[in-house]
Amino acid sequence: MLTTTVILGLVLGGTYALLALGLTLQYGIARIMNLAYGELTLLSAFVVVALFQGLGLSPLLTLPLVAAGGYGIGWLLYAVMMRPLVARSQGRGRLEVDSILATFGLLFLIQGGLLLAFGANFTSISYLDRGVTVLGVSVALNRLIAFGICVVVGAALVVALKTTRWGLIMRAVALTPGSAPLVGIDVNRAARQGFALGSALAAVAGASISMYQTFSATAGVVFTMKALVIVIMGGVGNVPGALAAGFGLGLIETFVATAIDPGLTLAATFAIFLLVLLWRPQGLFGARR
Amino acid sequence: MIGITRRTSLRALSLGMVSAAAMTAGMAAAQDDTVTIGYAVARTGPNATGAGITTIPNYELWVDTVNKAGGLAMPDGSRRMIEVVEYDNRSANEDIVRSIERLATQDEVDLILPPWGTGSNLAIAPLMARFGYPQMAVTAVTDKAPEFAERWDRSFWMLGGGHDYATGLVEVLSAARDAGRINDKVAVVSVADGFGIDLINGARPAFEEAGFELVYDETYPLGTSDFAAIMNGAQDSGADSFVAFSYPPGSFGMTKTAQSMNYNPKVFYISVGGAFPIYPGVADGKAEGVMAIGGVNADSPTIQDYFQRHTAFVGNPPDSWASAITYASLEMLAQAIERVGLDHAALAKELSTGVFDTVVGEVRLENNQLRDLWWVGQWQGGSFRAVNPADKEGASEPVIPKPEW
Repeated sequence: MLTTTVILGLVLGGTYALLALGLTLQYGIARIMNLAYGELTLLSAFVVVALFQGLGLSPLLTLPLVAAGGYGIGWLLYAVMMRPLVARSQGRGRLEVDSILATFGLLFLIQGGLLLAFGANFTSISYLDRGVTVLGVSVALNRLIAFGICVVVGAALVVALKTTRWGLIMRAVALTPGSAPLVGIDVNRAARQGFALGSALAAVAGASISMYQTFSATAGVVFTMKALVIVIMGGVGNVPGALAAGFGLGLIETFVATAIDPGLTLAATFAIFLLVLLWRPQGLFGARR
Repeated sequence: MIGITRRTSLRALSLGMVSAAAMTAGMAAAQDDTVTIGYAVARTGPNATGAGITTIPNYELWVDTVNKAGGLAMPDGSRRMIEVVEYDNRSANEDIVRSIERLATQDEVDLILPPWGTGSNLAIAPLMARFGYPQMAVTAVTDKAPEFAERWDRSFWMLGGGHDYATGLVEVLSAARDAGRINDKVAVVSVADGFGIDLINGARPAFEEAGFELVYDETYPLGTSDFAAIMNGAQDSGADSFVAFSYPPGSFGMTKTAQSMNYNPKVFYISVGGAFPIYPGVADGKAEGVMAIGGVNADSPTIQDYFQRHTAFVGNPPDSWASAITYASLEMLAQAIERVGLDHAALAKELSTGVFDTVVGEVRLENNQLRDLWWVGQWQGGSFRAVNPADKEGASEPVIPKPEW
């Protein structure tokens, strides 16, 4: 019973954490609160499904492609749309408000485009939908893959941010974007990379979601909300925090669903969210400001 | 600088007035030739999916069909083309109400077609009644239909209530249990949202009355995407029948989860989404034996013809629950207009009392409601066939136990 809960919870948490990684990067490094994050995820999910149904390309094969595409779109979005906002904002507060408004508009733009291109139908494909037994618990293979991607990508990000020079630059920009130029860091470039990388992760999350979940062109906001809760709980811009919060949330939801009542999963999520906001508004793993 | 004298401005004014008058005259003449039909449907927002599957394609197919045949037939034998005024209601009740007002007062359309969804139809009902338009509330499932039909006498409720669907399902399961094919234990889950609550509230007493034991009875929040824990609980409950009062994402998610964990109940019932044409694809081609809400008489030639036309026009087949009823409501409207014209009072009376020949067969409303409906359907040999009410003409025999995934 307990192993079932733990394993199902970890797998669910992995899918949540994967969804949140990109958003936390975008907010942490580029300081853009991207409300269109869920729509970018959906865009990638639709592309993966279209390639799967149209050309018979396996989602695992197209995953690197959409990740690269996501990077490109993120790069363009930052250069064309976000850069002017950053340039004219004096302080952090102004940029946050502006970026929230701008990406809120972007949300509807992408949603409209998706509705036009892919229609309003629910979309769902059957790919690797068979069960795999892990320690006696049957888990869907596609979810297990999402969990695996999350662990690999999350660990790689944590290591890269901690140990490489590139990671140092990213952390410097995230911590004090005002002082980073003093030591010769191109803040604009670093922020653009951070935003693009976040979009690439959104695309990866979308590709994995397309394998196991039913979605429609209007479901983006659900993904954004989930990612936002995890990002804020883990500490904004904190990659290990997002991973931990994602796994924690998955475990709690599964535990509540099996031991108490499936009807209370959402209530439990938001109760914990509220507690975190009340007692640690900087997030479970966020540094005090 | 150009001096504008009183004379030139007067001249300009009169010229403008004449041309405006000429334009309105032109429009009035055009209005005599066409029938304007307005609707405010959800092109965006959470209702866009439902409207995009059931409502909009059927409106467009019908308008296309009528106009290709030369237009709507009038009582005097003439034909008038349909002109459509469409608004996006953005899935918001305020927008729906505003659009209906606009359609009625500014566009002055001849007829208004309803939006998708129970809530949207309830939101516009008082307004439609005030402006006197007949309202063919097709995609509204409500147990209070008799009350509403009485309160707004030009409203028509055509998809039954939650109680009807729940009772239909209990009938199917009772028959199977009495034949010794399933035990008397049922695992039931329901989405904690309007429709799921309606159905479970109808189902609990019906199951108990029929002597079933609900060994697993849980609700889950709207938006749940992971059903592993729930399906585990249902599998461990020892029930032969799995019943889910669910919306499409949940229906699909539970199907996939049941398959991946190899959960093979003898009855697998899901609600909305089970009758969608994409369901067999979602179930990886193993939909055979899955039960769901709705159903059509798949052997009827009119239904087969409708499915073919829908596929040719829209690109995919219709869903096997509310789509055919939606199309039938439009056919009723056209036939009523042919008999009595566009006067709203006469039209409402004809819809209420007349007999109509539609894709779902001969239709006659009872107290402004369509009661001759299918409650339970099952995937059999690639089509979603109606199995309950069992005594209705065209019903198929349910296959229980369902073959394994």
